[in-house]
Amino acid sequence: MQIKTFSKLALITALSISFAATAQSTRDTIQIAGSSTVLPFSSIAAEEFGNNFAQFKTPVVGSGGSSGGLRQFCQGVGTNTIDVANSSRQIRPAEVEACKANGVKHIIEVKIGYDGIVFASRVDAGTFALKPEHVFLAQAAQVPQNGKMVANPYTRWSQIDKSLPDQSILLAIPGSNHGTREVYEEKVVLEGCKSLPEIKTMSKDQQGEFCLAMRTDGAVVEIAGDYTETLARLQAQKDAVGVFGLSFYESNRDRIKVATVDGVVPTVENIISGAYPVSRPLFFYVKGEHIGVIPGLQQFAEYFVSDAASGEASPLEFAGLIPLADDERAEILAAIRSKKSL
Amino acid sequence: MTTELNTVTSANKAYSKVQQQVVRSLKKRHRQEKLFRTAGLLAVSASILLVILLFVNIFAKGLPAFWQHSITLDIYFDPAIVKISEQPQPQAGETENEFRQRDLAWRSEVGLVNFNRLIFPALQQVIPDAQQHRRELQRIVTSGERFALRDLVIADPSIIGQTKTLHLLTDANIDVWLKGNIDRSLPDEQQQLSAKVREWVDALKQQGVISNRFSFALFMNPDSRSSLASAGLAGAFMGSLYMMLVVIVLAIPMGVAAAIYLEEFAPKNRLTDLVEVNINNLAAVPSIVFGLLGASIFIGWFNLPMSAPVVGGLVLTLMTLPTVIIATRSTLKAIPPSIRQAALGLGASKTQAVFHHVLPLAIPGILTGSIIGVAQALGETAPLLLIGMKSFVASVPGSAMDQATALPVQIYLWQGNELRNFFEARTSAAIIVLLVMMLSLNSLAIWLRKRYEVRW
Repeated sequence: MQIKTFSKLALITALSISFAATAQSTRDTIQIAGSSTVLPFSSIAAEEFGNNFAQFKTPVVGSGGSSGGLRQFCQGVGTNTIDVANSSRQIRPAEVEACKANGVKHIIEVKIGYDGIVFASRVDAGTFALKPEHVFLAQAAQVPQNGKMVANPYTRWSQIDKSLPDQSILLAIPGSNHGTREVYEEKVVLEGCKSLPEIKTMSKDQQGEFCLAMRTDGAVVEIAGDYTETLARLQAQKDAVGVFGLSFYESNRDRIKVATVDGVVPTVENIISGAYPVSRPLFFYVKGEHIGVIPGLQQFAEYFVSDAASGEASPLEFAGLIPLADDERAEILAAIRSKKSL
Repeated sequence: MTTELNTVTSANKAYSKVQQQVVRSLKKRHRQEKLFRTAGLLAVSASILLVILLFVNIFAKGLPAFWQHSITLDIYFDPAIVKISEQPQPQAGETENEFRQRDLAWRSEVGLVNFNRLIFPALQQVIPDAQQHRRELQRIVTSGERFALRDLVIADPSIIGQTKTLHLLTDANIDVWLKGNIDRSLPDEQQQLSAKVREWVDALKQQGVISNRFSFALFMNPDSRSSLASAGLAGAFMGSLYMMLVVIVLAIPMGVAAAIYLEEFAPKNRLTDLVEVNINNLAAVPSIVFGLLGASIFIGWFNLPMSAPVVGGLVLTLMTLPTVIIATRSTLKAIPPSIRQAALGLGASKTQAVFHHVLPLAIPGILTGSIIGVAQALGETAPLLLIGMKSFVASVPGSAMDQATALPVQIYLWQGNELRNFFEARTSAAIIVLLVMMLSLNSLAIWLRKRYEVRW
C-alpha cells in the first residue's frame, strides 16, 4: 500500500470537497418550511404536485412553526434560503420589515383554506362545554374576585364553573413559536377576558397585558413541539386538556374527545358557517424573487390553491383542510398570477 | 528440645492470635465479596432486562407493520379511460435533450389520466352494493396506488386493453381496523371508518379478497403523507447511504492520515500535545454543536443546499473524524516497535517502514474503529435536524446533492405523524430496520477484528 493508493485516496477526498463547494449554484427543488399545522397539507400538496407534474421535482417541506418558518423565509434571497413559508397566521408588519431589510421585497401572500382549533381531553376524562372566559380563568396569572385582582386561586375546573367536570386544571397550549398560539390568545383568552365586567373598565393596553399574563404554577404547559407532543401529554396525565388542530383531532378520535366552545361542536360545517368561534385562515408566503429561478414555484402555488388540490372532495379536504369559497379561490389565484406583492 | 518445643508452642499461641483475627475478619471479607458480586450481577441483569424490554417492545410493535393489508383486484386497463398517444421512441437525428422533452410531455399526458376510474369498476366486482356508496368507495384503496397503476402503464404501454390481477394496498385506516390497532368496540363517532366500510372490509377479509401480505412498500417507497399506507423508507435509506458514503470518503482517509502523521512522524512537542488534547476534546463535543456549525458554515458560507446528504455527510465527518483518529492511533501504538526497528535495520526509510510494515498490520484495527465510527454517524439525529434534514421529502434522492432525509430522522418524523394508530407500528418498523443496519455494521467490525487480529 502504498503511498500511491494513499495519495489517490487523498486526491479523491480533496476533489470531493471542492466539488461539494462549487457544485451548488442552482437548485431545482422547491424548499418549504414553517407552520406544523400547515405541514400536513403542504406535504400532501407537494407530493401530489410532484406526481402530477413530471417536469418538476417534488418540493421538500420542513417544519419549525410559523414564526420559525417566516424567520428563515426572511433571511434573504438566494438558493440557500427557502422559497415558501407556511404560516397559520398572517405575516406581521415587523416580519415584512425584516424581510425587506434582507432583500426579500416581493412577498406573495396565499391563503389556502381554514382550520379550526379545538380543546380536547382524553376519552376517559370529563366532557367539557367551555366558554372563552373559562379558559381565561383557568390560565390567567390574576383573576378578578369581589372587585379586586387576586392571584389565580382555581385548581379545579369545577371551581370556575359548576357545569365543568371536577378535575384539576392542566392546560397544554401551543408554545409561542406556533401560529396557533396567537389565534388561541386572540380568539379565546382575550375574548374570555374582555367579557368579564371588571376588565371592561381597563384601558386597551392594560387589558392586553393583564389578559395574556399566564399563571406559572404548572397548571399551564406550553408545548413547543407539534400536536403529537400534546397528545403524549394527555396520555400521561388524565386530567390534561390540550389545544389541537381540528384535523389532528379527526385522526385521533379514538383517543381524545373535543370540547364545545360556546355550546358549538367544532365540525367543518360549523367552522364554514362561522358558528364555531375558534378558527383561522392558513397561509403560505411565496418569495417573489425566486419565481422564475426555482423551476415550478409559481405552478406549485397555483396548484396548491386549485380546486383539484384543495377544493371539494380533494386530497387536502380529505386530510381535514376546510376549503376556500369559490370566489375567494378565484381572487387568490389571480393574485398569484399577477404576482401581487404585500 | 523442650525449649524448642516451648518456642513452637509460644509461636503457635502467637500465630493463633493472628489466625483468630483472620478468622474473625474472614467473615466480613466474604460478606463484602458476596455483596459486591450480587451488586454486579444485579447491575448486569438489570441492563439485560432493559435491553430485552426494549427489543420486545419494539419488535412486538414493529414486526406487524412489515405486513400490510392489500386488496386483490382484477384491473382492466380500459382503453376508453387510458387514452394516450404512443410512447415516444428515440429517433434518428434527434438530440438526447429533444427526446427527453418529448418523453416528459408523454409522461405528463399519462399523468393526466384519472386512474381511480380503473379501480372503481374492479371494486364494484367484489363489493355488491358499491354503486350506492361511491364516496366511501374512494377510501378503500390508498390514494398512492393510482400512481402505481400509472407507472405500470409508463413501464409497458402494451398493458392497455388487458386485465391484470393486482394487489393494491388498502387505506391506512383499513389496515388499522383489520389489525385491531383501534378498539373495535368504540362507537361510530370515534371510529375513523364509516360503518359501511367496516362492514365491507370485514366481509372482504373473510372472502380472502383483502389479505395481510408482506409489504414491499415499506422498503421500495419514499415517505408519503397523501397516501399514508404507502409511506416507506426508501428515501431515508438512500439519504443515509449517501451520507455514509461522504463520511467514508472523507473521514477515513483524513482520519487515518492524521493519525499516522501524529503517531509516527510528528515530533513530540507542545504543539503536538495541544493537537492531541484538542482531538480528544473534539470527540467529546455534543453532536448538536456540529449541527449548528454545519448550518452556519456549510450552508451559510459555502452555499451548500439545505437538507442535502452532502451537508449531513460533512457534519457527520467532523463528528466521526476524532473517533477514527483515536482508534487508528491506539492501533498503531499497539504494534510492537520491533517491527519498525527491523524494517529500519534492514535499510527501509521511515515512510517505507510505516507504509510497508506498520500500516498493513494496523488495518484490522483501523477498520474496526472506522466501522464503529460510521455506525455511530448512521444513528446520529440531532445535527441533521439543524441542517434541514427533518423536512418531508417525497422522492428518492438521486445524488448526494438532492434533498433527502435520513433513517433516524425518518423515525422522528413518523413518530410525529398525526395518524398515531398507523404510525406507531410503522415507527417501530423503521427502528427495527435501523437497528438491523447498526447491528450488522457492528458485527462486521467484530468479524473483521476476529478474522485479521494479530496477536503478539
